[in-house]
Amino acid sequence: MTILKAEDITVKYDDKEVVKKVSIDIAKGEIVSIIGPNGSGKSTILKVLSRYLKPAEGKILLEEKDIHKMKTKQVARKIAVLPQIRNVSSDITVETLVSYGRYPYLKFDNRLKTEDYEIIEWAITKTGMSDMKDRMIETLSGGEQQRAWIAMALAQKPKILILDEPTTFLDISYQLEVLELIKEMNEKLGITIIMVLHDINQAIRFSHKIYTIKDGRVYKSGNAKKLINQELLRNVFRIEADIVEDNSNQCLYYLPQKVVASKNED
Amino acid sequence: MKNSHMKKIGIIIALFFITVLSFFISVGKGSYDIGFNQIIKAIFIENDTMSHQIIWNIRVPRTLVAGLVGVCLSLSGVILQGVMRNPLAAPNIIGVSSGAGFAAYIIMIIFPQYYYLVPMGAFVGALSASLLIYIVAWKNGANSARLILAGVAISSILGAGINSLMTLFPDRVAETMSFMVGGLSAKTWVDFDALWPYALLGIILSFLFPKKLNILMLGDEIATGLGINVEKTRLMFIVFASLLASSAVSIVGLLGFVGLIVPHIARLIIGSDYKYLFPATALLGATIVMLCDTIARLIFDPVEIPVGIVMSLLGAPFFLYLLRERKSMK
Repeated sequence: MTILKAEDITVKYDDKEVVKKVSIDIAKGEIVSIIGPNGSGKSTILKVLSRYLKPAEGKILLEEKDIHKMKTKQVARKIAVLPQIRNVSSDITVETLVSYGRYPYLKFDNRLKTEDYEIIEWAITKTGMSDMKDRMIETLSGGEQQRAWIAMALAQKPKILILDEPTTFLDISYQLEVLELIKEMNEKLGITIIMVLHDINQAIRFSHKIYTIKDGRVYKSGNAKKLINQELLRNVFRIEADIVEDNSNQCLYYLPQKVVASKNED
Repeated sequence: MKNSHMKKIGIIIALFFITVLSFFISVGKGSYDIGFNQIIKAIFIENDTMSHQIIWNIRVPRTLVAGLVGVCLSLSGVILQGVMRNPLAAPNIIGVSSGAGFAAYIIMIIFPQYYYLVPMGAFVGALSASLLIYIVAWKNGANSARLILAGVAISSILGAGINSLMTLFPDRVAETMSFMVGGLSAKTWVDFDALWPYALLGIILSFLFPKKLNILMLGDEIATGLGINVEKTRLMFIVFASLLASSAVSIVGLLGFVGLIVPHIARLIIGSDYKYLFPATALLGATIVMLCDTIARLIFDPVEIPVGIVMSLLGAPFFLYLLRERKSMK
């Protein structure tokens, strides 16, 4: 069942089309990754899906309703977003940050109710941040910070979680930890995940479906375990690669070998 | 969390008492010193003595205007620093000072016969300048870097206008001095009546919207994700900030520095959560302007200097001291 859908979306920065007639179909309960080289438009697509950018053409449908015709607070109860760019004041604690996740549910008096506090507590526990809830965000490691932000998103009680490169700038152990947490939220809580990932191998291993983006268009999409092959890596990422089997995770794994000389397209 | 909450409430209560104390110091001190008991007596009991005259008709309105100006400018600054996520944002960045200044100078220099229109002109000038900056900076939304740069550019154009006027009419410049640096001399109940509605509005807003600003601080995308209409909210806050600062500037002149420095001092004392930052900023703003005005009256008595000068001479070094001492809190 489709939960979120992009219909022929086109995005322009000034007059340049950076996303061209892209259609994306997100099924409920899936983990979907969007991959592509730098500047391919993948982050822009994510920003359109999360309603941060309004497409010049096309529509985003959330449970069959036009997302830009819904109240933004209503959307925030269904979709949580973790973009790459975010600021946090130096003296804000994990618990305070997580409490902001309840904002879309607040009534006019802006006060947190008992139920909100229970959900905040729950989100903190689920992400393993209980011991750190009174710590300032700034004093946490990169991986812990990412978990704190995920806890905030979780406090929104979303049906869909959208993440832009959740593992970038993290050490490899934290990368795995964060991806395992995302997977767990998908499996145990049934949250649909949409993310942009930089690491193709992580995308293969942790997603159900992959969209590959090239020059603002969907190049190919499909089952994460079957989609990636040498031809796709050559055409989208300009690399020659060997593809091997990762037996312990039962998925494919690619090893980059060399860059393909770029065809002069301009 | 509970602990730090109580501590911050404690700080706010302490600030409140300091503000009240500053009020009495400011009312009591002057070329004619008046004790605390006498102040109370003069305000509530007597009505035909000399101290009643001085206190009720001169000192009290002036001190209250000082306090309100402090509240308005510093709330304006703390709001702008939040919506623009820039520590340098202050009322003068959104053109309030240059807009008010330009309009006021046109009246003071070219149409001196309409001198009584200066406050209204300054108010309209300040609001128009900030609106113009917002329009110029708008391009698929108003991002804060563009707003700040547009503010600097427009302010510089208006500044050129002010300087041209001063060059062309050098004989009339002297009268404009006190507006230029910001002064509180001869402020009366009329000025107080013009100011308090805005200050009240500012205080009400700061109790209504701390959470919105806290979330806006996290970044535009995060705020959108949490269900805030970023553009609408930002415009709303800029209009509030502009109203607050314009009302203050129209009455006391270009005292913009308060709006930059007080929010930072408040942040150093109480942290960046707007729930506590708003009341702390308002109280500190009132206290600092009242005390600086007292010093401005006393230091070269019987000559009084504009409060803006005291503010810069004392406020800036104090701020630098805090900045270095409390580095750990940013």
